[in-house]
Amino acid sequence: MQSDDSSNNAIVVEGLGKSFGDVTAIEDISFEVPRGTVLGLLGPNGAGKTTTVRILTTLIKATRGHASVLGIDVSQNPQAVRERIGLAGQYAAVDENLTGRENLRLIARLTHQPKNTIEGRVGEMLERFDLVAAADRPSRTYSGGMRRRLDLAAALVHRPPVLFLDEPTTGLDPSSRSDLWDIIGELVRDGTTVLVTTHYLDEADRLSDNIIVIDHGNIVAQGTADELKSRLGAVVIELTLADQAQAGRARDALAAIGPSEIDTHGKSLELKVTNGTQALMDVVRILDKENITPVDLGVRESTLDDVFLSLTGRKAGETNGTPESSPIAGEKA
Amino acid sequence: MTAPVTVKPTPIIQHIAWTISDTIAVTKRNLITYVRLPQLLVFSSIQPVIFVLMFRYVFGGAISVPGGSYVDFLMPGIFVQTVVFGAMNTAVGLAEDLRKGLLERFRSLPMSRAAVLAGRTLAEFVRNIWVVALMCGVGFAVGFRVHTDPWVFVSGLALLLLFGFALTWVFAFVGLSTGNAETAQAASFPVMAVLVFASSAFVPTESMPGWLQGWTNNQPVSVTLDAVRALSIGGPTASKVLTSVAWCFGILVVAVPIAIWRYRTKV
Repeated sequence: MQSDDSSNNAIVVEGLGKSFGDVTAIEDISFEVPRGTVLGLLGPNGAGKTTTVRILTTLIKATRGHASVLGIDVSQNPQAVRERIGLAGQYAAVDENLTGRENLRLIARLTHQPKNTIEGRVGEMLERFDLVAAADRPSRTYSGGMRRRLDLAAALVHRPPVLFLDEPTTGLDPSSRSDLWDIIGELVRDGTTVLVTTHYLDEADRLSDNIIVIDHGNIVAQGTADELKSRLGAVVIELTLADQAQAGRARDALAAIGPSEIDTHGKSLELKVTNGTQALMDVVRILDKENITPVDLGVRESTLDDVFLSLTGRKAGETNGTPESSPIAGEKA
Repeated sequence: MTAPVTVKPTPIIQHIAWTISDTIAVTKRNLITYVRLPQLLVFSSIQPVIFVLMFRYVFGGAISVPGGSYVDFLMPGIFVQTVVFGAMNTAVGLAEDLRKGLLERFRSLPMSRAAVLAGRTLAEFVRNIWVVALMCGVGFAVGFRVHTDPWVFVSGLALLLLFGFALTWVFAFVGLSTGNAETAQAASFPVMAVLVFASSAFVPTESMPGWLQGWTNNQPVSVTLDAVRALSIGGPTASKVLTSVAWCFGILVVAVPIAIWRYRTKV
């Protein structure tokens, strides 16, 4: 057991498990997050994402296993961990009656920043998060996007080297989401390590260096977005046939090229392949020989949606029925 | 393999200094709410004033107390009742903070585990100073008179504030346990009603059945009330005051640790 503060990992999780009574929220999870990278924790509601974050941010204790942040064990030395992390949860946890500036000042004081630096730091954060004009208005007058920016600013006032974002863009409109992604990108460029949970696949794709897909409290896949996509075929060839009979014939004829699926209407076929150009030429040649003429034929890059669907059997955002522990009613959409 | 990184423990002096400065910061935050939402302060001030006026003029004529005026008997009862009911605000405020995710944020910060609750109860303490001052003003206007030395009366008010402070810790626990404002209020009320109405607040306990007197004469609200009443209209005070102070510290010794424990472990 030697110090690994100098190691490359900002977060290390080993055999982590958490049960609430009879309900197992996390079964057995292990992963590492190298310093200065972004890990996307992807999974349906109730998969165990929030529970994992709550353990890592010292809010709850694990039932089994170990977790450390910057080499510090989260259950043995929670106070030291809290000094080094920032957390922005699913709600904008700002005091509505305080102004934006007062909210940030409060967090700066509670994170024990040197008194003479607080005003400067607060001003800097207001500027960076584009809240200068609204700084002295009570935050209850803010829009959803502004609140979320204030919340993120509050999580960053004390310059934490490790940042936890639990579904940071839930409930935001597309332009606010995109703004927030830009900000997170900047933080990472400045060296912050980020763990972000999301059930938005585009978010995981856009933000993360590595992605872990969890379901029912276990990791079902991990890798970069590209790795995950190529595992199931980097390219999807989409065919629409005239009728169901033809679709069936096409699938049988094309079975040698790669795994394919017929959608629920029975007339469209999705073929997952690794080498798109070669496969497309093969498809055309085979169909021609079989005398099948598709109504429509197209090629697209596979998305994380495809990955998610094939790993969990569900589309992202669907709930899997295991309640994720939270004291707060109406937790998620 | 993760290995624990050696983290220097925070020196105790530093720890105490942080607890104090965190508590001040949270107290200030809670007091700002009263400035931002003056209606909150206005409405929580109207209720005690209405009670003073109602008991004075509606029931005052029909109730007679031995050896004195009803208003002098009544006023300490109104004071104590207001402080007791006001303690419910603590439960409601903390339940709101919990629901909005603010407590979760506070718990993820390297701040003192006691400061969120201490900041809440101290802000309530400050609010009580205002409310008690207001009731004294209204009380004097409708004929309430102090029959003891001013400083004796003021020490009665101080005892009242101490009692209110002790109770807010009990309701801090209630608020954290219930988790939403409505439930917190609903859970608090029955307890309050038994403490306030089955007491010597509004009528002398001699009119109650014997089995009830056993409760009303010894429960903390009555004990405090009798002490405050003695400090304002005279009579033997020492044992009443000591019993009341003992109750206050007894409540604090139990309620403070369990409230902080609830805050730390709230899932």
